[in-house]
Amino acid sequence: MKTPATALVRRIPLVIVVFLAALTIPWIGSRYDTFLATQIAISALFAVSLNLLLGTTGLVSFGHVAYFGIGSYVCGILMKTYAMPFSIALPAAALGAAFGALVFGFFCVRLTKIYFAMLTLAFSQIIWAICFKWNDVTGGDQGLPDVPYPDLGWMSSVPLLDGLRIADQFYVLTLIVVMLSLAAIQRVIASPFGLMLTTIRENPERAASIGLNVRGYELAAFVIAGGFAGIAGALFGIFNRGVFADFVYWPKSAEVMIMTILGGIDYFWGPAVGAATLVLLNQKITSYTEYWPFVLGSILLVLLFVFPGGIVGGLATGANWLRRKKGGRAGA
Amino acid sequence: MDDVSLLFGQFLGGLTTAMFLFLIASGLSLVFGVMRVLNFAHGSFYMVGAYLAWQSVQWLAPMLGNFWLAALAAALGVALLGGLIERLLLRHIYGREELYQLLLTYALVLILGDAAKALWGTQQLSVSRPPILAGGIEVLGVTLPLYNLFIMLTGVAIAVAGWLVLTRSSAGRMVRAAALDREMLGALGANVGALYTGMFAVSSFLAGLSGALVTPIQSIVPGMDVEIIVEAFIVVVIGGLGSFWGTFWGSVIYGQVLSFGILILPSFSLFSVFALMAVILIVRPWGLFGRPLR
Repeated sequence: MKTPATALVRRIPLVIVVFLAALTIPWIGSRYDTFLATQIAISALFAVSLNLLLGTTGLVSFGHVAYFGIGSYVCGILMKTYAMPFSIALPAAALGAAFGALVFGFFCVRLTKIYFAMLTLAFSQIIWAICFKWNDVTGGDQGLPDVPYPDLGWMSSVPLLDGLRIADQFYVLTLIVVMLSLAAIQRVIASPFGLMLTTIRENPERAASIGLNVRGYELAAFVIAGGFAGIAGALFGIFNRGVFADFVYWPKSAEVMIMTILGGIDYFWGPAVGAATLVLLNQKITSYTEYWPFVLGSILLVLLFVFPGGIVGGLATGANWLRRKKGGRAGA
Repeated sequence: MDDVSLLFGQFLGGLTTAMFLFLIASGLSLVFGVMRVLNFAHGSFYMVGAYLAWQSVQWLAPMLGNFWLAALAAALGVALLGGLIERLLLRHIYGREELYQLLLTYALVLILGDAAKALWGTQQLSVSRPPILAGGIEVLGVTLPLYNLFIMLTGVAIAVAGWLVLTRSSAGRMVRAAALDREMLGALGANVGALYTGMFAVSSFLAGLSGALVTPIQSIVPGMDVEIIVEAFIVVVIGGLGSFWGTFWGSVIYGQVLSFGILILPSFSLFSVFALMAVILIVRPWGLFGRPLR
């Protein structure tokens, strides 16, 4: 039953629907709900940016946290040490992270498989060592506490937003930045360029033999993914009210990878679903037990052995199965 | 202390670190060489070895020479754990994409790390040096603790023993054959499954043993697992993933770079070893002593 109205509804991009739904949280939820929603939005962007490599291009980066960290530090240093506005610090963070990804990626895309993973890990540890030891600029092991909130005075002149607390206003800003970024990544994946990335994932040798510059495409994907990870990092530093070397330590790379495959690497929204699931689960479980990593490890084992397609992959399989069953009955 | 003995002291310190890392990294490299699995949980096995050694020392306290028995018990315990994990979990993911292999072993890192916290708490634990190795000897004006000398000799002994086993024994021949072509080895009637389990247990034994042997010189703390595994990765990357002597020389190079890096640029010695790893991967991804993968 396709009326023109439902056809029209179906054409509204999901990213707008998600944005509008998420936007209501400061009004319908508590202060803590907004806190969680901010964290989810930032993690979702981080995970989706990783999935541009993992799912779309088939590159297993074990050092994605490096670009998140560069974004965090660039934004934090500009806003705190140099008192720059957010409107300059955020683009600078994205460019800084993309530049880092360009330099490191140039070498990484020359390697494949496990060597690629190891080199990305090595580079992320280099960034970690710099952040951890370069006291004058990064604050070393003390980090950069008290990164200021952006000046959100303009929101007070927008109707509806004027009554919000600063943390809620920052959530609205985060949501706008994250959704614009997600829409941009979605455009990239759907573009001819994105289809080339998928071709490379499916068969790099064949892609090369039809004349595709495989390394060039991979490097471009690496830079784009790094830039968006930098945006996520910049937002997270402000949200966390400080930037610390811990952000860049290698287990964080594993964490975002878990988010990504928990949601499902074959779907655009998969990593975002994974991020939301992990953040909410973490919040629920840590109220019962301090052994969150144990739970996370167990979830990961179940995931790898039972649902390698992740949550969205599992749901899609289930929906297909139901549809086929229903179709079978109708036929009989 | 003059310059020569200062440098010599750094050299000896680097050598101790090196032989110690070789004990850990040799098992990691062995597993990668044959099974093509990069085992993040190797550092966790090392940590479990340290905790088990501490526990055994407590239980065996009244006995003479309890440290040696405790170290052996810890290493055997970890070998058992490793064998079980290979049988129950790893076995199912050979040949799957690297992503899943990496994440499976990372899941073990999370689980073992928390299990250790639950069993032994988060406070620092330590084991006292066995009395027979309490002293030190003077070499060129540098005092070398006997225990460090013991670690160095153990590293060399394990290297020689490992090399002899790999090249001279029939088990070693099987391991080398499995590294080259596991299907063919299976087709020739060898029990590849049992070989893999055994090898993984040996690798875990080495990790557990090094964890036990570190307890007299370093306190046991949560987080030692994720710290050591990255160092072990650096070592195997320098020498060449899967190359036995490569791992040995990789450890020596790593130890010296770290040791002299501290002299030259104190705050950037960490940076220097990661940079070394990156440079090697860029220039010779298969390491200084390895061969390119087919």
